[in-house]
Amino acid sequence: MRVLGALFRLAAALVLAGALAACASIPPGAGANPVDPWEVYNRHMFDFNDRVDRALLKPVAQAYEAVLPEPVRVCINTAFLNLGEPVNAINNLLQGKPSEAMTDICRFAVNSTVGLLGCFDVAAKAGAPRSNEDFGQTLGRWGLAAGPYFVLPLLGPSSVRDTFGRLLDFLDTDPLWYIDHIPTRNILVGTRLVDTRASLLQAEKVLAAAALDTYQFVRDGYLQLRRNLVYDGNPPRLLDPDEDDTPPPEPNSGTPGAADQPAPVPAR
Amino acid sequence: MSYRTLLTSLAFAALIGAGLAPGQAVQAQGTANAALSAPDALVKSLSEDVLASIRKDPSLQSGDVARLNALIDEKILPHVNFEKMTRLAVGRGWRDATAEQRQALTREFRTLLVRTYAGAVSAARDYQVQMKPFRTEPTETDVTVRTQAMPARGEPIQLDYRLEKTAAGWKIYDVNVLGVWLVENYRNTFTAEVSRGGIDGLIKSLADRNKALEGKASS
Repeated sequence: MRVLGALFRLAAALVLAGALAACASIPPGAGANPVDPWEVYNRHMFDFNDRVDRALLKPVAQAYEAVLPEPVRVCINTAFLNLGEPVNAINNLLQGKPSEAMTDICRFAVNSTVGLLGCFDVAAKAGAPRSNEDFGQTLGRWGLAAGPYFVLPLLGPSSVRDTFGRLLDFLDTDPLWYIDHIPTRNILVGTRLVDTRASLLQAEKVLAAAALDTYQFVRDGYLQLRRNLVYDGNPPRLLDPDEDDTPPPEPNSGTPGAADQPAPVPAR
Repeated sequence: MSYRTLLTSLAFAALIGAGLAPGQAVQAQGTANAALSAPDALVKSLSEDVLASIRKDPSLQSGDVARLNALIDEKILPHVNFEKMTRLAVGRGWRDATAEQRQALTREFRTLLVRTYAGAVSAARDYQVQMKPFRTEPTETDVTVRTQAMPARGEPIQLDYRLEKTAAGWKIYDVNVLGVWLVENYRNTFTAEVSRGGIDGLIKSLADRNKALEGKASS
């Protein structure tokens, strides 16, 4: 509880610092996209998260990457993924995929023992691939739409549905929160956070170069990625606007007044 | 977890978008044959060939942009419809663009993808590409070919391609990594740029970004 209290105080301090420094640039037309009605708030929060990251988490992750040799980091990363197998199993079961759930349980048993506490993914080498499931995907599988895009404080990109999903993940199935020895638990939670951040360092450089608008690029990538996960890698195709090669009608020909029609909003 | 997957996927999506993974066909007879064969066979030979050429070329691995451009021009471009890729990413604004603007957009978009991902090539060296089952009707002219890239260690990466049949054979026009289609991921940004500054505004934004990246690479 003391740690939680300290965390809340830290979060409060950060929120205050962020509020004082709030100056994300908001482009005109923000919030017009139907997937992102809260764009103004989201951009501020995205900017705030970025500041916190650059001040705190990123330097730690860079040091972590510099100090530990790659095989050690891969081992730690694999071990944390292994701890997620019960979550995968529960959600596969909830999504009506019992054989996948069984695979997850077998993977957990094999990798936790033969794989030296999850350090090596021997099950994948034996032809049992890891699944990637969480409550947000389960809710999506049950037919709940993602809802508006929503940037969470400190945690980053999400949607209304995935926020509920994360809450359930956190309350029910995160194995680290079942560890009774509090210092051990805190060390593990902290290490997992740094491990996750360190594994993003390379991709982050690419993102910074590729995106004309980082906020939009991350948002649209997040939404596509989650949709793909809900459908386990095979979502129904969305029609691209202007998909067909037929030349569009000339705006000034054809029925009079047609050019005055407002452009239709693209369906998402 | 999902955020990590997201960023990795974006990195790889764009890597492939730059035309790196759909690599070189076996020279001479290979290029023509691959273009006429089935779309999954084309993707397979291109993936394997580009990975082979990255593995044996240290200057590609170190992110040499000139080498990369040469590789793309010579071997990859024949199998990618970059104009369609750009047209779909630009969306509605493409209709109002002049021929010169369309050329400029296609050129700058391609340059952006190449410059961005030149640095990521070395990571591709250790990957193996596996094909997923592919079913299609002979009458299909627009297909999705599914593959996955297997790293030496760690999780496989979903890598899908959209191809359309043209008179000159099958052409790749969109790439998906871990569920993120490249074209779709650029569309909102491009639409916003066009509504703010018109087609020329978008061209300028792309060109400015490319200049900035060039400055960074040479310094």
